[in-house]
Amino acid sequence: MISIQQLSKTYASKEGTVIGVDDVSLDINQGEVFGIVGYSGAGKSTLLRCLNILERPTSGKVTIDGIDLMSLSSKELRKARQSIGMIFQGFHLTMAKTVVENVGFALKAAGVGRIERKQRAEELLELVGLSDKANQYPAQLSGGQKQRVSIARALANNPKVLLCDEATSALDPNTTQSILQLLKKINQELGLTIVLITHEMEVVKEICDRCAVMEQGRVVEEGDTYDIFANPKNELTERFIKTVIDFTIPEALLKKSEGTIVLLKFTGDLAGEAVVSDLLQEHRIRGNILHGKIDYIQEKPLGTFVMELKGDNQEINRALASLRATLGEVEVIENDRSTDYTMARAE
Amino acid sequence: MIDQLITLWPELSKSFLDTLIMVGIGLVVSFVVGLPLGLLLFVTDRDLFLENKWVKSITGVIVNLVRSVPFIILLVFLFPFTDLLLGTTTGPVAASVSLSVAAIPFYARIVESSARDIDRGVIEAAISCGASPWLIIKDIIFPEIKSGLISGLTITAISLVGYSAMAGTIGGGGIGDLAIRYGYYRYDNFVMFTTVILLIVMVQVIQYVGDFTAKSVKKS
Repeated sequence: MISIQQLSKTYASKEGTVIGVDDVSLDINQGEVFGIVGYSGAGKSTLLRCLNILERPTSGKVTIDGIDLMSLSSKELRKARQSIGMIFQGFHLTMAKTVVENVGFALKAAGVGRIERKQRAEELLELVGLSDKANQYPAQLSGGQKQRVSIARALANNPKVLLCDEATSALDPNTTQSILQLLKKINQELGLTIVLITHEMEVVKEICDRCAVMEQGRVVEEGDTYDIFANPKNELTERFIKTVIDFTIPEALLKKSEGTIVLLKFTGDLAGEAVVSDLLQEHRIRGNILHGKIDYIQEKPLGTFVMELKGDNQEINRALASLRATLGEVEVIENDRSTDYTMARAE
Repeated sequence: MIDQLITLWPELSKSFLDTLIMVGIGLVVSFVVGLPLGLLLFVTDRDLFLENKWVKSITGVIVNLVRSVPFIILLVFLFPFTDLLLGTTTGPVAASVSLSVAAIPFYARIVESSARDIDRGVIEAAISCGASPWLIIKDIIFPEIKSGLISGLTITAISLVGYSAMAGTIGGGGIGDLAIRYGYYRYDNFVMFTTVILLIVMVQVIQYVGDFTAKSVKKS
């Protein structure tokens, strides 16, 4: 659906050339929710803005639904933008227009007549759950409601793609949830392809099918959201995941513990508790669970357990070996007692 | 005092009317020409949807040129032009030619600066909707700056009252001219005070009406 090829964006500044996006290639499939994560300044916003040519890429190619956007004349580009909706962190509604007029503006841009405009705008407001606010002004609405209006505006011309520029970053957690649910709903009901950028891994975990992690203008990791969470390859990705799945054990507890500390991850259908109880029955060791959590990503469980294993060293090693056998590719991280609490990789 | 006022009345009302004509024409022309000029200055600015370095700089230079000439000099300087246009250089209509020329760039800059206050994101959102430049100007920028446009007209009108006094002294007529002729040349303090009070009242009324209108068009 969206194909980004070797896209770069540079800016000329007094200090020389600043690189915003550095040779990024991505393919985003029809109907998926694709997340781009990164800290501020990573270039994710610039990348997103290149997708509807709000910023013209310095080099590379952007193709949406088979149309090479960079080759279009300004009139053709306006037409193409009508099928690419966009929402923003700051909502960007016209304060001097009512809710229904704000939505109607997008239709006006597409040349829709007055009567049809009103009818369609009302339909859209119903879709986002704001029918009763049609004649109010944005200043009278809450942040979440404003974002709903801007979603309605973005959907006005039946776009195939929706770009979300930090759409939930200005909202409180509850409102974020409800906006994400709305995005999910329109993704499923309208079959819309959604590209969102965010610095909140929670958002990715909540709704993204696939995601990419960006740093210094480059994509450092990309893949299925579940795989990324279960098996991050990049150090930055790991840091992002820790913001959602945190398994830091308090220092004091670590000092007190005498055994080997292991981090177990259970992916897919492996039931964590069963593996642990089998382990304790089969080996002459004692186990102490320090931390346990099961997260659901794309409705699949991802379990994280931190355990302290006590007993004979050899027996522990044997237990670890059998754990690795059961959990397969899942990494088992052990606490090396001699080097304090650094989670060295076991494999 | 009443007697003095009655004797002065015909001339006072004529002067008042002349001032109204000068300010009125100046205001209408500055709005009609200054508004598009101000919008042009804005939309051709850097990073805006009709960014155009040449148009922006040339328009900017012309606007600054006119604004940097002191009004009294501009008045005299424009006499040949006024003569060409109207066949005369005296009377309120002739004076309003130079008043208009001075007020156009003044108002254009006000329009430009109130447009600059618009959140760029709002314009960007309109671009992302696929709106044409004209639609963005008409449907996004204009409603957002409507109240600023009226405040700007108020400021322009008050400046025009001041300028009209200068224009009046070199053949334009009006209240300012009256004040100079009687008050300055003849030391007639009564006329002087009457005209000053009239000017104060006029400015107050303009300010009040302007503020009220600006407030009433401001929605949300």
